[in-house]
Amino acid sequence: MAAPYDLNDDSVVVIIGSGAGGGTLGNELAQKGIDVVVLEAGSRIEYEDFINDEWESFAQLAWLDHRTTGGGWRVHKDFPNLPAWIVKAVGGTTTHWAGASLRFQEHEFKDLTTYGKIEGANLLDWPITLADLEPYYAKAEDKMGVTRTNGIEGLPGNNNFKVFKAGADKLGYKECNTGRMAINSAERDGRMGCQQTGFCFQGCKWGAKWSTLYTEIPKGEATGRLEVRPNSHVVKIEHDKAGKVTGVVYADTDGKLHEQKARIVCVAGNSIESPRLLLNSHSSMFPDGLANSSGQVGKNYMRHTTGSVYAVFEKPVHMYRGTTMAGIIRDEAIHDPSRGFVGGYELETLSLGLPFMAAFLDPGGWGRSFTSAMDNYPNMAGMWIVGEDMPQEQNAVKLHPELKDQYGMPIPDVSFTDHPNDIAMRNHAYQRGQALYEAVGAIRSFPTPPYPSTHNLGTNRMSEKASDGVVNKWGQTHDIRNLFISDGSQFTTGGAENPTLTIVTLAIRQADHIAGEMAAGTI
Amino acid sequence: MAMVHENRRGISRRELLKRGTIGAALIISGRAVISPRDAWGLETTALKPETTATLIVLARDIYPHDQLADRFYAIAVKGQDAKAAEDPAHRTLIEDGIADLDRRAGSGGYRGLGWEDDRVAILRDIETTPFFQAVRGDLVVSLYNQKEIWPIFGYEGESYSKGGYIDRGFNDIQWL
Ligand SMILES: Cc1cc2nc3c(=O)[nH]c(=O)nc-3n(C[C@H](O)[C@H](O)[C@H](O)COP(=O)(O)OP(=O)(O)OC[C@H]3O[C@@H](n4cnc5c(N)ncnc54)[C@H](O)[C@@H]3O)c2cc1C
Ligand code: SF4
Repeated sequence: MAAPYDLNDDSVVVIIGSGAGGGTLGNELAQKGIDVVVLEAGSRIEYEDFINDEWESFAQLAWLDHRTTGGGWRVHKDFPNLPAWIVKAVGGTTTHWAGASLRFQEHEFKDLTTYGKIEGANLLDWPITLADLEPYYAKAEDKMGVTRTNGIEGLPGNNNFKVFKAGADKLGYKECNTGRMAINSAERDGRMGCQQTGFCFQGCKWGAKWSTLYTEIPKGEATGRLEVRPNSHVVKIEHDKAGKVTGVVYADTDGKLHEQKARIVCVAGNSIESPRLLLNSHSSMFPDGLANSSGQVGKNYMRHTTGSVYAVFEKPVHMYRGTTMAGIIRDEAIHDPSRGFVGGYELETLSLGLPFMAAFLDPGGWGRSFTSAMDNYPNMAGMWIVGEDMPQEQNAVKLHPELKDQYGMPIPDVSFTDHPNDIAMRNHAYQRGQALYEAVGAIRSFPTPPYPSTHNLGTNRMSEKASDGVVNKWGQTHDIRNLFISDGSQFTTGGAENPTLTIVTLAIRQADHIAGEMAAGTI
Repeated sequence: MAMVHENRRGISRRELLKRGTIGAALIISGRAVISPRDAWGLETTALKPETTATLIVLARDIYPHDQLADRFYAIAVKGQDAKAAEDPAHRTLIEDGIADLDRRAGSGGYRGLGWEDDRVAILRDIETTPFFQAVRGDLVVSLYNQKEIWPIFGYEGESYSKGGYIDRGFNDIQWL
């Protein structure tokens, strides 16, 4: 049974957000016998109620509160109020996600050392290494049921994968398979195997894909020590005169404010809301926002260097059938500066349904060049590029100077401009992706610009020194001992890999640390 | 779809001639745009019916799919009328935008230009205007999100109720 906690119970750990970071941390702490309240802005929608329809699902799950954008990225022009495609619901963006689960490479924890100083980039080494995370990566892979780990079989390849693989072979790529996916290839952990329905981005109606919604959260609730409170939008974190956080103020469905007391507060609202909340929690003691003595809260916003390549063939592909992300090429994920950029990228198959293809193939595009591509929809194959982007101080989540949300709090403005390294990498990847499809007979191919950000990282980054970042190697803020960051905003740098496995890994590790500190009475 | 109703009455040839045709296929009667050939009519409330008729042609010029009947474009622009009814500023945006297209097209108006290329040349000049952006931005959803057109594009839509594609061809590609 889920345990309801009193608002004045100041012994609980409050976690803000129930996605990859928050949902995992909540369960891990509850398993250790720690009392946890997870406050989640969105509502609880169980997987049976997900919708196999792109726009309807978007309306059901996406975070649609007002946001603005700035900077040189094309998203600012094409989707000025949708910087990111992320979720507001119990389970967070793990409802929408595709499931690709790759470990960071060793050098990706040491960017500054490996790449050296790069003009315009705010590079830093992580205060942890791959070796520190390995045992936790192993736990995360087991928890999430990642294919090709723990003896779990890979998923079968769909049509989109087969085209991708044939092209990869032609180009001489060696590391191409159906990937490491947190999607059951067979029944496991009480969840069934993938039925190849092809609506992974709309929430898996079979529960085959891992999401905190129907794994971590019910498991935590079963301990009797975890309460998930949906429709609870945190607007402010409170602190006492000693500078320790004491609780959070949140709005319920009716906009009514409540204060939940806490012994520890963990922020896991994803990389736009987490820094926004710290900034909005400014006080006379912390005029620049909580945990912001470094001035780095909200800075170094990363979103991965992305883009897609779609191609049209003479004969049908039906790429939308089966897993959305059905295969990965890792050969380009290495660091090889001879390609004209530092860091690397993954190529991963991707498909969109007809409605989203129209919106994202060439945002703003129209006329026969556009529609003739759409006419060939069944003959299309597609892939997504995900590469390491450079942290830059001016790429940032800031509070909007005038606009307020429904609770009267300043809305976030998300500003992003590609670094020259990002552009060089994307162009290289476009060229490789187009070559791959041409090698298997593509008639036309399309270098499709990045979508609104699905990976949002770095805005409360981890650093050895308090002056360089917001949190230490445990995700504990440098400034406030009982305030933690538990999501992807901790990332010092982004790596080439999809981030969620690493977010989950850090959450498991953080839970050990918090439990240890609580037992020792240090927080 | 209720917004486009079937035109059961039918229209006599004489009436047709009296009312005059729009482009080749659409006519205007009262507050409705009617396609006698395909037997449907679209009632307008806030926008002039002539404006709606031009919007339908404009919609096809923006996203030309020869395999799609006018009906789908009519459904797709219907939302402009609804928005215009709620918001006078939107009504002005659309009416002025269409009037501007007609002015640019010369004596016969936008719909009077017989070649798509000529109409598109005008659109290229106004594609950054708020009017064009509003029409295109809405259309990209209102056209491609019509479930009725998905089969025409070979998109199969919802698949959960059919048990996914695990036994229905997720890996059936033969030509590689
Ligand atoms: C379409 C798509 C595909 C993806 N595919 C992959 C993939 O294949 N592999 C991969 O690794 N990653 C993928 N991702 C990214 C992945 O989903 C995210 O990296 C991950 O979910 C982030 O975890 P998080 O805990 O930081 O935030 P989230 O999972 O987004 O959770 C944050 C939660 O906090 C809540 N919240 C925010 N602010 C507040 C507040 N003030 N009060 C209360 N609650 C709040 C939100 O409502 C949300 O539920 C994908 C994302 C998308 C959108
Ligand atoms: S393809 Fe598999 S993982 Fe994706 S939604 Fe369908 S059943 Fe779930």
